[in-house]
Amino acid sequence: MSAPLLKVDGLTVETKTETGTHRIVDGVSFELQKGEILGLVGESGSGKTMACRALLRLLPSSRLSIPKGSVRLDGKEVMDLPEDQFRAIRGKRVGMIFQNPASHLDPVMRIGDQIAESVRFHHGGSKRAAEERTIELLQQVGIPDPKERSRAFPHEFSGGMRQRAMIALALACDPDILIADEPTTALDVTVQAQILRLLKELRDARGLSIIFITHDLGVVAQLCDSICVLYGGRVCEHGPKERLLAAPRHPYTAGLMGCQPAIGATGERLRTIPGYPPTVDAMPTGCRFHPRCGNEVAECSRRQPPLEAYEPDHVAACYNPVGETAALLAKESA
Amino acid sequence: MPARRRGLRRLTGHVPQPLMIGAGILIFFIVLAVGAPVIAPYDPIYQDISARLAPPSLVHPFGTDNFGRDILSRVIWSTRIDLQIAFLGVIFPFIIGTAAGTIAGYFGGLTDTLFMRLIDIVLAFPFLVLMLAIIAILGPGLASFYIAMALVGWVSYARLVRAQILVLKQSDFAMAAKSLGFSHWRIMFRHLLPNALIGSIVFAMSDAVLVLLNGAAISYLGLGVQPPTAEWGIMVAEGQAFISIAWWIATFPGLAIVLLAFGFSLLADGLGEKLGVRP
Amino acid sequence: MSEVTPLIETDDVVLHFPVSGGGALGLTRRAVKALNGVSLTVRPGETIGLVGESGSGKSTLGRALLGLETVTGGHIVFDGAAVTGGKRQELSKIRRETAMVFQDPLNALNPRLTAGEAIAEVLRVHKKVPKEKIADRVAELLQMVGLDPALSARRPQALSGGQCQRVGIARALAVEPKLIVADECVAALDVSIQGQIINLFLDLKEKMNLTLIFIAHDLAIVRRLCDRVAVMYLGRIVEEGPTEAVFSAPRHPYTAALIESIPEIDPTVSLPNAPMQGEPPSPLNLPPGCSFHPRCPYAEPQCSRDPPPTLRRRDDHGWACILDPGQLPPPQTATRLQNA
Repeated sequence: MSAPLLKVDGLTVETKTETGTHRIVDGVSFELQKGEILGLVGESGSGKTMACRALLRLLPSSRLSIPKGSVRLDGKEVMDLPEDQFRAIRGKRVGMIFQNPASHLDPVMRIGDQIAESVRFHHGGSKRAAEERTIELLQQVGIPDPKERSRAFPHEFSGGMRQRAMIALALACDPDILIADEPTTALDVTVQAQILRLLKELRDARGLSIIFITHDLGVVAQLCDSICVLYGGRVCEHGPKERLLAAPRHPYTAGLMGCQPAIGATGERLRTIPGYPPTVDAMPTGCRFHPRCGNEVAECSRRQPPLEAYEPDHVAACYNPVGETAALLAKESA
Repeated sequence: MPARRRGLRRLTGHVPQPLMIGAGILIFFIVLAVGAPVIAPYDPIYQDISARLAPPSLVHPFGTDNFGRDILSRVIWSTRIDLQIAFLGVIFPFIIGTAAGTIAGYFGGLTDTLFMRLIDIVLAFPFLVLMLAIIAILGPGLASFYIAMALVGWVSYARLVRAQILVLKQSDFAMAAKSLGFSHWRIMFRHLLPNALIGSIVFAMSDAVLVLLNGAAISYLGLGVQPPTAEWGIMVAEGQAFISIAWWIATFPGLAIVLLAFGFSLLADGLGEKLGVRP
Repeated sequence: MSEVTPLIETDDVVLHFPVSGGGALGLTRRAVKALNGVSLTVRPGETIGLVGESGSGKSTLGRALLGLETVTGGHIVFDGAAVTGGKRQELSKIRRETAMVFQDPLNALNPRLTAGEAIAEVLRVHKKVPKEKIADRVAELLQMVGLDPALSARRPQALSGGQCQRVGIARALAVEPKLIVADECVAALDVSIQGQIINLFLDLKEKMNLTLIFIAHDLAIVRRLCDRVAVMYLGRIVEEGPTEAVFSAPRHPYTAALIESIPEIDPTVSLPNAPMQGEPPSPLNLPPGCSFHPRCPYAEPQCSRDPPPTLRRRDDHGWACILDPGQLPPPQTATRLQNA
């Protein structure tokens, strides 16, 4: 396996509140290959959004800090770069799109101008060249009549169009990695299907690597190559999509899959995971998931289970994983 | 943490500094007002002719005025009146304005339009001119001042509350209350208003500063408190003639006004921060 | 099919919200055409799902059914009482016998009242139980929705999203309603929590023979919870019928496209290679004829010329399209789930 494009190791984000300092992201590690679409899955409090913002050092509040963690882009450490050098990475090597495009597009600037601004900031060049590139980008993201539409303001675009415009903006400087923070959660399901298709096409055409943050396992199953499941700020499980969905190891992953409403008949009770996701100031000791876990053993409340590799590319952090007995039996009989 | 201490911590919790200092200043003045008979060294209207225009000294820490009255005692006694001005001058407009704003915002339509036009009419007149006109008709004195404040000052509260009610009317819990068959009045006063009041209360603290200054200004013009009653505004007015030879007569009451106004201002900031309202 | 009196019946309901003018001088009258002729029948004890995307009008319909919005045309009748243009007693009956549950659990509760106070208020206003019994009844209702009665002393900010939503349901149940309209009430909850609320509704349906109108955009949940489903597009019902029939053999192209757009958790079932283009147009500017024709892969010239198709019915399954049943290929997902 070639060296990963992005390697995140032990990323930690802390927040200072009235009740003390708490970890929102606690030692998250994952890798991203070139051209890979990684799904970062989690519910509220999982830390998925914060981890990605920390990657780009875009933490929204001064109460948040990154006490430790390593982020290597093409093998080179970027976390300790001074701000002016880091700015060359933001936008140029790693782009980001968000859930609500309306709040991330400047409402008083024309769409075309915003994209052209980014092009000129990172690549220099003439105004004309930037405009041409802008129209090219708008075409690539599937906006009809790009020349005309580039003169429009964000509020004149519909939800799906705005999201496409935001993708164009993020791609303006040809980044290697696109971080997509729940970009389709607020869109209608038919529009979501279009955007997911667009992202797949962009990956195929440009070799773009994508980190797709979502809580929707269905979206992940359709779009992503590999899945990383987060809970309570930590990685539970990480592996290739097919294997993870067919035979999850971590009880949380299995629980999450069981909760999907699509699996079951009308009138049948839905499966749930008892209890509630923990809040940042009331994290359980040891494994974050143990109070809600059906597989709990004594060790779970004492120490955080380490990430164990079940296959070279499939890891899970659990003392008593799902299907362990079955797997053992299968190995013995082989 | 033991349960009782945890409860207290939640009560005080994260108290912003402005709130503490502002509250402290207010409490200080309240203590002065309540304890005036005990704290003030002299009778405020007692004239000691032999000690006229005496500069600050150990005997008269704030000096005396041209009638030989002790400035310190007058400042202390006047706290009662000025606190009363700040309080009553805010509370009447607050009540009237809040009620008007709630009704206008909730019912909308014609009711709202009528109120808004009425507000526009009141706002068309310069504030002080209107106040003076009303006081001139009713005759000088604090009672007239309060009536004038009530008639003129309610508009700010009405607009503030109305804006809040318009927003809250759209919230789900307002629609839930409607769907549960609650009467208009119940929805207005039990559900919408308590949530709208937070902004008004913070505003009222800032308003107290202005009311205080207004009261002082009105008294300064001779239309409020009448001599020989001690009130900071009058004292500043009376001391104005002597400013070059006896600066202490106008300065100390002036400082008292500034300090109380400052206290209210900090209280407004602190409350706003604590309750999550941007003033 | 037995002739049961419907609990709630709407007939050609129209709701247009006037908005400030468009055109050069801002003088042209414009309106958000939220509902454009909706006719729906709900029988007692039924759970019906109202699904649609943005601009479909499903939330507006939910509110109109409870008399919380004034309609511009058409009739709505609830258990014999007129909701539209009804007299005071009729409206009062509706308030006493219906309740609504909202999407945003925090926003749906008065932040200044504790859970117990919010529920107790309903009991008091409707005089459901004598004063001494109120506390007991509040505890009973909280237990009914799976909450510890001790939570009645907490304000919404001290409760989780799922707990707030349950309090909202307990408040609705305090009225002892015949009909509950649930407006997107699980959309704001985590997936692992959503099931708890859906299961609660399934339990209440069994225990209380509750009639439920469940407004949602998540078709998978609707499929689990509802007996019938009505699909809305730009203020009209385009398809309506028993859930299984609609999902396995949709008769309207929009329903089919909607079902195909649901991302399946089975990675072998992929999203359509050519997802439906465009987005729902704005309710300010409805396309002529059938509102769906600009996006419809089966559109004929008559679809834009003729007035919008009315709902045709066969086997209790209605659809508003010129296509006949069987002309539409069944969605990919249907076959997979049948084999499951």
